Amino acid sequence: MNRIDTLFLRKNHKTLVAYITVGYPDIAATREIVPLLAASGCDMVELGIPFSDPLADGITIQQASYRALQNGVNVPLCLETAAELREKVTIPLVFMGYFNPVYHYGVANFCRECRQMGVDGLIIPDLPPEEGDNMEISAKQEGLDLVYLLAPSSTDERIRLVAERSQGFIYLVSVTGVTGARASLPAELGTFVSRVRKITDKPLCVGFGISTPEQAQNVASIADGVIVGSQIIRLIEEGKGDYDNLQTFVCNLRTALDS
Amino acid sequence: MKKRGYYGEYGGIFVPEVLLPAINELEAAFLEIQQDRQFQEELRRLAEEWVGRPTALHFARQLTEHCGGARIYLKREDLAHTGAHKINNALGQGLLAKRMGKKRIIAETGAGQHGVATAAVCAMLGMPCVVYMGEEDIRRQAINVFRMKLMGTEVRPVSSGSKTLKDAVNEAIRDWVTNVRDTYYLLGSVVGPHPYPLMVREFQSVIGQEAREQILSAEERLPDYIVACVGGGSNAIGIFHPFYEDKEVQFIGVEAGGEGLASGKHAASLLGGRVGILHGSRSYLLQDDDGQIKETHSISAGLDYPGVGPEHSFYKDSGRAHYVSVDDQGALEGFQLLSRVEGIIPALESAHAIAYAAELAGTLEKDKIIVVNLSGRGDKDIDTVARVLGVQL
Repeated sequence: MNRIDTLFLRKNHKTLVAYITVGYPDIAATREIVPLLAASGCDMVELGIPFSDPLADGITIQQASYRALQNGVNVPLCLETAAELREKVTIPLVFMGYFNPVYHYGVANFCRECRQMGVDGLIIPDLPPEEGDNMEISAKQEGLDLVYLLAPSSTDERIRLVAERSQGFIYLVSVTGVTGARASLPAELGTFVSRVRKITDKPLCVGFGISTPEQAQNVASIADGVIVGSQIIRLIEEGKGDYDNLQTFVCNLRTALDS
Repeated sequence: MKKRGYYGEYGGIFVPEVLLPAINELEAAFLEIQQDRQFQEELRRLAEEWVGRPTALHFARQLTEHCGGARIYLKREDLAHTGAHKINNALGQGLLAKRMGKKRIIAETGAGQHGVATAAVCAMLGMPCVVYMGEEDIRRQAINVFRMKLMGTEVRPVSSGSKTLKDAVNEAIRDWVTNVRDTYYLLGSVVGPHPYPLMVREFQSVIGQEAREQILSAEERLPDYIVACVGGGSNAIGIFHPFYEDKEVQFIGVEAGGEGLASGKHAASLLGGRVGILHGSRSYLLQDDDGQIKETHSISAGLDYPGVGPEHSFYKDSGRAHYVSVDDQGALEGFQLLSRVEGIIPALESAHAIAYAAELAGTLEKDKIIVVNLSGRGDKDIDTVARVLGVQL
């Protein structure tokens, strides 16, 4: 049983997942922020591998990705950073990134090194199950969870396909749209989550657009976990090296999920 | 079994889950209209009355004499409505979108030719249209921007990345992801996820089908060479594909050499790229050692793209087509040559093919035949060419 499976076994506990872009605003910040997130109540961290053409991301993560690339962040550095973080935290670490940099690095090599560095899973938004065969084989070999996504537009047939193939948990995209904070979440989110829940018992984490403790609490009442990304990036940006507001925000999310 | 949407190992459906249902719906609708007589008849009628098809196959006597070798024919896609081959695909997909009941059309554009074609189709079909265009391209293609606006299209500037075609595709995909339920993404080349490369090829194959009949009627035989420029590769696939089984016909795709392949400032994905995944498919791609997409350069906005259609990657590996490059300087010379000797001002994109064909013709015997796809006319490029030549307009 890996760290992700263990996490979702906890009874009466809603999972809080944070996303950060590796190397934003610099690598030193990533090394400092991840332990802070874990200490403030995050149960899992998604480490974003930057890409030049992040077509599922809104402006906040696009800019973070751009900045990270300016800092010379690449796959080897992401792996190295993950290994350093693994020394500091015990929570699951998953990589989230577009397929091309991983493909270019070599899928089998990448998965092997992920395991060696203590990474627990992978989320690749532009790799649907239709194209995921090779990645699944390598991930399975190394004991990594390859997490697939579902969206409100997914048909029941696709929900069954993803439910069968996704490992660890299923990433439910809350909206038809790109990543980024939103004032409100779509009214049909509840219907979407329950459509998926009817088909599978796998843990369901909802992401995209969640930026306040209230939203997180609402989502957690219908799902197993929430994923917060753009708002965290924004607080990192605003903090300019001071992470007090970020910590407060994450503690508030935790409190909201636990209440 | 052949994998869905693949050409050899190239192609596929590498898109976020939110788009998968839309792609499945699109694929089903496309397969349906291929068998639908009424749809095909409407497409044929509009292609004839509104686009002006068939376009001529013109024997370029002066150019042939100038080169002193093979006989050169020009497939005159520059005479199609809106001035380029792009209209063939825009019309086909526009009719499909309407039939699917979509309420809104979005598109990307580089040179503006696909944007203008889409704007025209949307005006004719009475559908609202948004075209994403890089700020850099808006600057160098001001006339096409105005043409789109005249036809009621909203042109949205894209300021991310290199501010060119690749970034316009990113923004169009972000729009599609957001408005997937009622929006049709009218992609302009044989790139992107399946079924786009297939669908665009089928709508562009009218070029090769006509050319095949026309050359048989003019010369009573097939050509020895077909030459076409390749950015994403839609005009090239459109003229190549109907000759695919005619193994004696050699296909030559001309990529944009920019400031020269050695300079690194070019857009020749097949000659200078490595296999990767961008915008939904696996194909040759200009990328750096970390798998990040490189910025490209070409004097012609329409070829300024780091990827290429997956079917071209397959043709390259299988040897069915041969790919070469012509640099900015060569394209400028082709542009001026055709203007001077034939009285036809070609698009800078097509000028790459003209330049290569002119050089090739000179090395061949006089009984050889070359067909060049003159994919578009050059009015849109007048400002660019004047600037490069140091002419004040």
